[in-house]
Amino acid sequence: MTWLSDSALERLRAAAEAPDLGGTRYQLVSKLGQGGMGGVFQVEDQILERQVALKVLSIADPEGTLSARLLQEARIIARLEHPGIVPVHDAGVLPDGRPYYTMKLIQGQRLDAHVVSVTTLTDRLRLFLRICDPVAFAHAHGVLHRDLKPSNVMVGPFGEVLVMDWGLSKLLHDPQRHEKASVAGDNPLMEAPADRTAHGTVLGTPGYMAPEQAEANALIDQRADIYSLGAILQFLLAGAAPFPRALDAIRKQAMSISPGSRYQTVLQLAADIQHFLDGAAVSAYPEGPLTRIWRWVGRNRAWILLLLVYIVVRALLIFFRPR
Amino acid sequence: MNKVLLGILVGAILGVFDGLSSWFTPEVRNQLMGIVFGSTIKGLIAGVLIGFFARKVHSLALGLVFGLAVGLLLAYAVAAMQPGPNHYYFQIMLPGGIVGTIIGYATQRFGQPVQSAAS
Repeated sequence: MTWLSDSALERLRAAAEAPDLGGTRYQLVSKLGQGGMGGVFQVEDQILERQVALKVLSIADPEGTLSARLLQEARIIARLEHPGIVPVHDAGVLPDGRPYYTMKLIQGQRLDAHVVSVTTLTDRLRLFLRICDPVAFAHAHGVLHRDLKPSNVMVGPFGEVLVMDWGLSKLLHDPQRHEKASVAGDNPLMEAPADRTAHGTVLGTPGYMAPEQAEANALIDQRADIYSLGAILQFLLAGAAPFPRALDAIRKQAMSISPGSRYQTVLQLAADIQHFLDGAAVSAYPEGPLTRIWRWVGRNRAWILLLLVYIVVRALLIFFRPR
Repeated sequence: MNKVLLGILVGAILGVFDGLSSWFTPEVRNQLMGIVFGSTIKGLIAGVLIGFFARKVHSLALGLVFGLAVGLLLAYAVAAMQPGPNHYYFQIMLPGGIVGTIIGYATQRFGQPVQSAAS
């Protein structure tokens, strides 16, 4: 009997995982990564002569549930046309029967790697705001991401920020469903029991997943993503400690255990971060009159300094005027 | 508010206060109204010039330098027009320069830049 070497085994495994692209417009270039249910490959679109990323189901799916979910993921991303969300180009079924979709190939760094090069607190907060944008956009279109974390955020070579991996995303309302929710007086961005991915299934990443998301049968809404954004904010602030109390209050509110105590929309969270960057008051941190005055002085110190110089000069000229 | 209008407003307000400060000099107190009027006009002229500059040049440092220069120049002109042997150059030009600098700062930091006309 001849034993195969480790490298030979590895090549065999890679060949078995590689999608069968025969008869399609795509040619395999390399493997980019592996997700929970699918592999992502760099392929060349031979018609348009460009490199794209192809996501394909990589685990057995006898019931077709995962295939349906992959297709649903592609449809959800396709409806979210936003600069912060990777555009889907094409979707279909490979000759080997596996569903796939192709999307723009992003050559950048994941946030957890990129953050090392972002040294100032201000730049990190600006980066955070750019993550909030596509998430707010998705919520406005009735989509929850449900797996927001630093490794699912890519920063492109020109600083563009893209929220990736919508594999766990959930479309919460279409026009018909929205109508029903409105009649019932429900939150249209609240996942209905029948919409849950699978009974008792917990989806998400520990550490970034909202507490209610960890409960298998709980209803979740956009506030679960807000919790995850709070966790990303915490990640971005790590190493910048001690950071200002107002900023910590924003983080705490975003990551409140109770969804009712969190920011209710991503826009509210982003607005508080923007206010913090502008040196203005933030809603998460009630401040006393002294703090308010001190902050006002800090924001207007150039004005105050110039006026003080003027007043002092005027006073000195009056005091020492020639008699 | 556009930068020129902001410059005019700040210049006028500072001009009024600059003129009113002459009340503390008893020798010229009887000319207070004339001094306030002249000082306000000086502030208005400085505001227009510095406001236009801020429209064209977007630089805080250059705005401050230009404001200082305009303030000093206009104050020099005012001092040179003073009757009598004593022109009080230092007493007039120093606060004038600071007023110009303040207008320069205000017009660079605040005020709407010119919007291009829709095609």
